[in-house]
Amino acid sequence: MQRHVLSVLVENEPGVLSRVVGLFSGRGFNIHSLNVAPVLEDGASRMTITTYGDSFIVEQIMKQLHKIVSVIKVADFEDTPAVEREMMFVKVQAEGQARGEILRTVEIFRCKVVDVSSSEMIIEATGDHCKLEAIIGLLQRFGIKEVARTGSVAMRRSRKTE
Amino acid sequence: MEHTGAWILLETLKREGVDVLFGYPGGAVLDIYDELSRHPEIRHVLVRHEQGAVHAADGYARASGKAGACLVTSGPGATNTVTGIATAYCDSIPLVVVTGQVPTALIGNDAFQEVDIVGITRPCTKHNFLVKDVSKLATIMRRAFYLARSGRPGPVLVDLPKDIVQAKTEFVWPEEIGMRSYNPTYKPHINQLRRTVEELVRARRPVFLTGGGVVMSNAASELTNLARRLQVPVTSSLMGLGSFPATDPLWLGMVGMHGTYAANMSINHADLLVCVGARFDDRVTGRISAFAPGARIVHIDIDPTSIRKNVQVDVPVVGDCRLSLQGMREICDAKFAGEDWAAKHAGWLASVQNWKSGKPLAYQKNGGIKPQQVVEALFELTGGEAIVATEVGQHQMWTAQFYAFTRPRTLLTSGGLGTMGFGFPAAIGAQLAFPDKKVVVVAGDGSIQMNIQELATAVANRLPVKVVILNNRCFGMVRQWQELFYHNNCFATNMEAQPDFVKLAEAYGAEGYRISREEDLCPVLQKALASPATAFVDVMVEREENVAPIVPTGAALDEMLLV
Repeated sequence: MQRHVLSVLVENEPGVLSRVVGLFSGRGFNIHSLNVAPVLEDGASRMTITTYGDSFIVEQIMKQLHKIVSVIKVADFEDTPAVEREMMFVKVQAEGQARGEILRTVEIFRCKVVDVSSSEMIIEATGDHCKLEAIIGLLQRFGIKEVARTGSVAMRRSRKTE
Repeated sequence: MEHTGAWILLETLKREGVDVLFGYPGGAVLDIYDELSRHPEIRHVLVRHEQGAVHAADGYARASGKAGACLVTSGPGATNTVTGIATAYCDSIPLVVVTGQVPTALIGNDAFQEVDIVGITRPCTKHNFLVKDVSKLATIMRRAFYLARSGRPGPVLVDLPKDIVQAKTEFVWPEEIGMRSYNPTYKPHINQLRRTVEELVRARRPVFLTGGGVVMSNAASELTNLARRLQVPVTSSLMGLGSFPATDPLWLGMVGMHGTYAANMSINHADLLVCVGARFDDRVTGRISAFAPGARIVHIDIDPTSIRKNVQVDVPVVGDCRLSLQGMREICDAKFAGEDWAAKHAGWLASVQNWKSGKPLAYQKNGGIKPQQVVEALFELTGGEAIVATEVGQHQMWTAQFYAFTRPRTLLTSGGLGTMGFGFPAAIGAQLAFPDKKVVVVAGDGSIQMNIQELATAVANRLPVKVVILNNRCFGMVRQWQELFYHNNCFATNMEAQPDFVKLAEAYGAEGYRISREEDLCPVLQKALASPATAFVDVMVEREENVAPIVPTGAALDEMLLV
C-alpha cells in the first residue's frame, strides 16, 4: 500500500467536491487528505488528494476520477519529480521548563510560534508530511492539545535544462 | 423574443429529437405541463407511477437506440425515478430525466415536496444538473443529451426549479457543446488493434466474449462478419444477446452463472479471449481467480474504467466497439489475407461442437407446462421477430436461454441492476418506439406485480403489448437459491393471495387469458398475440422447475450444476 498524491483539476461548480468524495466512499477507496481551492484557470479548482493503495487501486482511482464529467485533468505524482507541502497548527502544553525546550525544537524545524498563553503555545509548521509527522512525534511528550492540518498540496517540478 | 423556461425546455427536447415524453405531472412542473398542452409534436405518455416513466423511456431507448426522455415533479416524483435511473445507469442506457424542483428561493428550506434529487442521484447518473439560471437552460439541455448519448451512454438528470421554468429569456440554441472536461475516446489505437489481430493469428483456441457495448455501438454486423471470417466461436453476456445470431453454428450460447455448458467450458479452455463491450461482471466470470485460466485477454471497451477493473488484461483497447471491429477486419484483410482460419481452428471448433451437442440446454417434460416450453412456443409463434422485454428472475434466464435472439435491440432486460418491475413499462416504451412490431413481456408472477399499475398506461394508449406470465406461484429464483444453497429453507418466497391476473387485466380494460393445460399453450398464445389489445396471458407452469445450468457463487465457470 503505497502513498500517492493525486492532483485533480476540476470545474469549479457546485457539487463537484461531492462527486469526487462520493466516488471514493462509494467505491471503497480511501482519502487520507484532501485539499481544494480555486486556481488561475478560468472557473477551475485544484484538488490535491493523498491516498493509499496498490497500483491497481490507484489506476482505478485515476480512471474513475477522470470519468467524472466535471474533472478536467488528473495526475499522479508518484513517478514524477514534484514538490509537496502541508501546513499545520499544533497547540501544545507549554509551562515552566518545557517552554524553552519547545522553542528549541520549533527552531530546528523552522516553525513559528503564532500564539502564546501562560500555559499553551500554537506552533505553525510547514513541510512535507514526513516532517510534520516528525514534529508531532517530538511535541507529543509535552502534551498536544489540538492539531489542525491543511492536507498536502503538490506541484510538478519544472523540467531542468541540461 | 423572450420565452419561458418551460417553452425553452420543450423546444430543446424537440430539437434533440424527442417525440415521446413519459411523465407524471405535479405542482413543481405545472408550468411545463401547461406549455406541453400546446406542443402536440411531443407525444406525452401519462404513466401511473414515476418509476414506470423512467423504465418506459429506458425501453424506448434500448429498442430504438435513441435517447429516452421523461418528466416528473419534485419530491416523491423525483425519488420515484431513482430505481429507474440506477437501472439505466448499470446498463449504460441514454436517458434524460427532467425533474421539477421547488423555487430556488425555497431550496434548502425543507419546502413541501422538496428533495435534493441532484444529491441523491449523483452516484447513479452519468451526470446531473441543477438549473439556477434560465439563460443557461438551453445549454444544459444540450449538454444533457450529448452526455447521455456519447461515450459510454447513461442517464442524465436535469433538476428544474419552478421559478426557472416561469422565468423568461431570449432563446439561443447553442451550436457548440463546449465541454473541456469531457472528451470520450471513440477511435481505438491502431497499435492495439494490430496487437489484437496478432493475438488472434497466434491463438489456437480463441473465443469472442461480447456484451452490451456491441449493442450500444450498433456493431452487430461487424461482429458477425468478423467472427465468421475468422471462424471464432462467440458467447455473450446477457446484455449482448442478439448481436450475434443464436442460430449461427459459431454461437455458444450465453456465458456465466446461467450460461450454457459449451460457453462456460469454452471460456475456461480458451487460449485467447477477445472481450468486446462486456465488463466482466461477477455473474459472467464466476470465481475470478479461476476465470479463463489459460487465456490471454484482449478487452475492447469505450470506458477505460472497465478495463483492468475485474480481470487482468493483456491487450487493452479503449474505443468504440464498432470502430474497433472494423479496424480489426481491415488489418486482417490487409496483412493476413492468406490465413486459413478455418483450418487453424478446426480442432477447437470440433471440441466446441462436442460441448454443444453433449450438454445442450434442455429440460424434462413430465406432464405439466414447463416454463422453458412457453418461451420456445413464443419464439416459434413470433418467428423470433418480437421485441422481448423481461422482468427479473427465473423467467428472465429462461428467456435468455430459450428465445434464440438473432438481432440486437430485441431483448430488453435489466442486466446490471436486476430490477424487478422493469419489463412491463420498458415494453410500453418499446411499443411506442415501434408501433408495428410485436412486443412481448416475459414476466414472473412476482415481478409483474412490481409495476402492474402500468396496465392503465398500456390500455389508455391502446398499445398491443402482451404480457406472458410464467406463473409458478412463488419467487422462483430466490426459492431456487433457498433450495440449493439454504438447505431448502423456502421462507418468504411463496406467493399467497395472488391476484387473478385474468380478472385484473380485464378490470383495467385489457384482455386476460389463462393457460393451464399444455394443449392450450400454442392456440391461446397465438390468439393473444394476434389480438390488437393489451393482454395478459397467465400461464400456470410447473412450480418446481429450476434454472440450469447454475454456477454457484464462488465457483468456477466449469463447476456448473447441470440440474
